[in-house]
Parts: sequence; structure tokens; C-alpha cells
Amino acid sequence: MTYPNDLRYSKDHEWVRAEGSTATIGITSFAADELGDIVFVELPEVGAALKQFAAFGVVESVKAVSDLFSPVSGTVSEVNGRLQSEPELLNSDPFGDGWIARVETTDGDELKDLLDADGYAKLTS
Amino acid sequence: MVAFAGWEMPVQYASIIEEHRTVRTAAGLFDLSHMGELLVSGPDALAFVRYCVISDPGSLAPGQAQYSMLCARDGGVIDDLIIYRIHEGYLLVCNAANRAADVVHLRGHLAPGGFNATLEDRSDATGLVAPQGPRAADLLKTLTDADVDGLGYYHATPGVVAGIECLIARTGYTGEDGFELFCLASQTESLWQAVLDAGEPFGLKPCGLGSRDTLRLEAGMPLYGNELDRDHNPYEANMGWAVKLEKGEFVGRAALARIRERGARRRLVGLLMRDNAVARHGYQVRIPDGGTGVVTSGTASPTLHEKIAMAYVPTQAASIGAEVEVLVRDRPYHAEQVKLPFYRRAR
Repeated sequence: MTYPNDLRYSKDHEWVRAEGSTATIGITSFAADELGDIVFVELPEVGAALKQFAAFGVVESVKAVSDLFSPVSGTVSEVNGRLQSEPELLNSDPFGDGWIARVETTDGDELKDLLDADGYAKLTS
Repeated sequence: MVAFAGWEMPVQYASIIEEHRTVRTAAGLFDLSHMGELLVSGPDALAFVRYCVISDPGSLAPGQAQYSMLCARDGGVIDDLIIYRIHEGYLLVCNAANRAADVVHLRGHLAPGGFNATLEDRSDATGLVAPQGPRAADLLKTLTDADVDGLGYYHATPGVVAGIECLIARTGYTGEDGFELFCLASQTESLWQAVLDAGEPFGLKPCGLGSRDTLRLEAGMPLYGNELDRDHNPYEANMGWAVKLEKGEFVGRAALARIRERGARRRLVGLLMRDNAVARHGYQVRIPDGGTGVVTSGTASPTLHEKIAMAYVPTQAASIGAEVEVLVRDRPYHAEQVKLPFYRRAR
């Protein structure tokens, strides 16, 4: 499987798209496939402080409840409210309309602790 | 794949929701070979089964089936099962995880009760393939000369399906019309493939344990380990209709008679989540006037597009339309008690 080259990836199967100090985060297609049909997403509050690799929300498939782990530290500036009524976007378009939150990052160096597309592809192969 | 009662079971083949919808609209095929099949035969077969279960198999005509349970002396549920009256005797189809306990329980009453009957565990020698859904009957007709149309719900007949000797039962656990085809274990794979191939024009898809669970939950059917266990009795689970106290002595009768007289302390109810959250097995239910209950099963219903659950609540709090709260990750979410089942097929 291949993954978008412009993103960085955590070993917890979250992705991050960094644009300046703003980072958009979500879960990978691999994670979405592993979870199966996603039926519920518990989003963080705008203003919430996220810590890299710490839990910040919950995603539920038909069968399982899983924590979401933030790939970066920072403050939540926006959440994808569509996911409340359309959690299936995480399955159908995990890298696009299924984004979860935007974060004002506090430490740009954290991206070095994440994998590039090739590294993530090896992790999940 | 997940390990279950010594079996490797598929949770899903593709998508649980897709498989669920396929069973509601066309047909799905389940491999249920893990289920236990216990055959009771001999002159006292009826008397023995009658003594061990809560229902009255004495009312079964040849080829008829009946939902029943094994209960302990205190009325707690050991297992729920379906009894088929077949020509060899009485076939008890039980949960895989309870099979060993069922055999111990049954044997414990066989010789001591002086019954002239034989109990044979045929589980390992028996395969079970179940086409379920509104197109299942039309599909099955292409594979057998047996009288599919003449086979009523909760009835079974021997028949040849795709060249394989089967017991064809019109039973299921999905809330849809459907069949359970029992065959020799060695022929399960051939039967599975034959039904799958013949099912293609009918939109049949293979289905796993995941959709089996969401389908039975929408249909308000209890699952052993969730709604049923040794700590709950049939009256609490709304299964009092299956208890035949008037049939005479049977295991658990005294306790069940007492429970019926004083009334069950808890009741199983349906919950419709009013807030957006999924109630799961084990989550606490809070009653507004005080008291608590517990969620036994919950999911996002693919048919209703609602979050649904079943829960035990104190009997005095069980009331359709009444509000409760479900604690999800320590936060309370509103839910309303609704009538079970959540889904009933159009007939």
C-alpha cells in the first residue's frame, strides 16, 4: 500500500499535514481498514491542549472502541464537525474529508519523530 | 479472524455494515459450524429433555423446533438452545462456548434420573451453514428438491442440498427469514461453496460474526454472555413465555416458580440513544429516580441509523418511553426506553 507523500505518520496510525504552524491531523487508511466500519467519533474540544502521542479522542467501529493519539503537540483550533453525523468519512476518505482536527503546533521539531510515507508503508506492510 | 470457543472465526469478510444490509435486503451466508449439536435418543429421550429444559418439548410435532434454555437449580441460565424433534430423537443446538458445560449438566441428570436415553455430542462431526435473508428461500430452492415453501418457520426436514445430505431448518438469528443447513463436518466446505456460488444471482454475500451480532441485536434477540448468564433468569430476559411451569418437575422449576410469583427484580429493556454515543456491554445505566442498571449489548444500528442498546434495569424503572442515562467514558448520555425488538421484518 502507498500513502500520500506530503504527510507525516505516527506509529499509532495517525497522519499530520503541516502547513506553517498549523497541522491537520487524522487517521490513516490502514487504521480505518483495521477498525472496519466507523460509527462514532468523539472529537476534542476547540482550545484543548494536545500532547504528542497522548490520547485526544475516541473512534468507534461497529465492534470496537479505540483511542485517538495525537501525532503532534499543540492547541486545537478547529474540529471536523461533519464527522459527528458522517463518521463513515473516516473510512471513505481518511486523508481528505475525514480529517479530524487542526492544531496550532507548539514544537515543529516533533515532526522528526514521525515517519515519512515510505517508512509508514514499511511499518504497515 | 478471532479466536472463539476453540474456533477461528471471521468477524467480517468485507464490511460489517455491508454484510448486515445484505442480510436485510437480499441474503447472507454464515458459517456456524462452531455451534454445538447434542443428540438425545432412546425410549426416554423426551422425558429426559423435558426434565432438563424450561420449555415443553412434549408439544413438538415431528420436524418442529422450539426455543428453550437450560437453567440451574437457582433459575440462572446455563445456556439457551433450540430443540429440534428429528427422527433420531431430539437435537439440541447450543452455544459453542457452553457446549462442555451443557454436556456436564445434561449428563449429571441422565443416569441419576434413571432415564433410558443416550446423549451424543455430535458437534465435532456436524457442520452448519446458514443462508439468511429475504432471498434465502428462492436461493435454496435452486439447490434442493425439498419442499422449501412448505417448510414453516421453526420447522426442519431432512433434505439433499447441492447433493449433500442435510437437515434443513427454517430457523435463524438475524430477524429475517432464513435457513440453517446441518451437514456432516467433512462436507461443510462443499456445501458452503455450493450455496455461495448459487447465491450470486440473488446478491448473497458471506457474512461474519460482526454482522450476526448487529442483526440479532436489532431483532432484540439475546446473546449468551451478554443478555443471558448464570446470574440472570428467563423472566428477567423477557423469556418467561418459554418457561412451562405446568409441564411438571424439571431442573430449576422451584426457583423459577418463586421468581414468577414474586416478580423479576430486573428487566431487560431496549434503549434508543438520544445523545450521540454508543452504549457498550458493561456500561452503567442511571435511573433518574435513583438506582442503576447495566448495558448488555449496544451498537450503531445499520438499519435504523440510530444508536441502540439492550440493558438490565430494576423492574420498577422498566417503562417504555422513560428516560435513563448511560455512562460512556464517565459522561452521562441520554437514552429512552423503547419497545423490543428494534427491528421487525415486514411479512
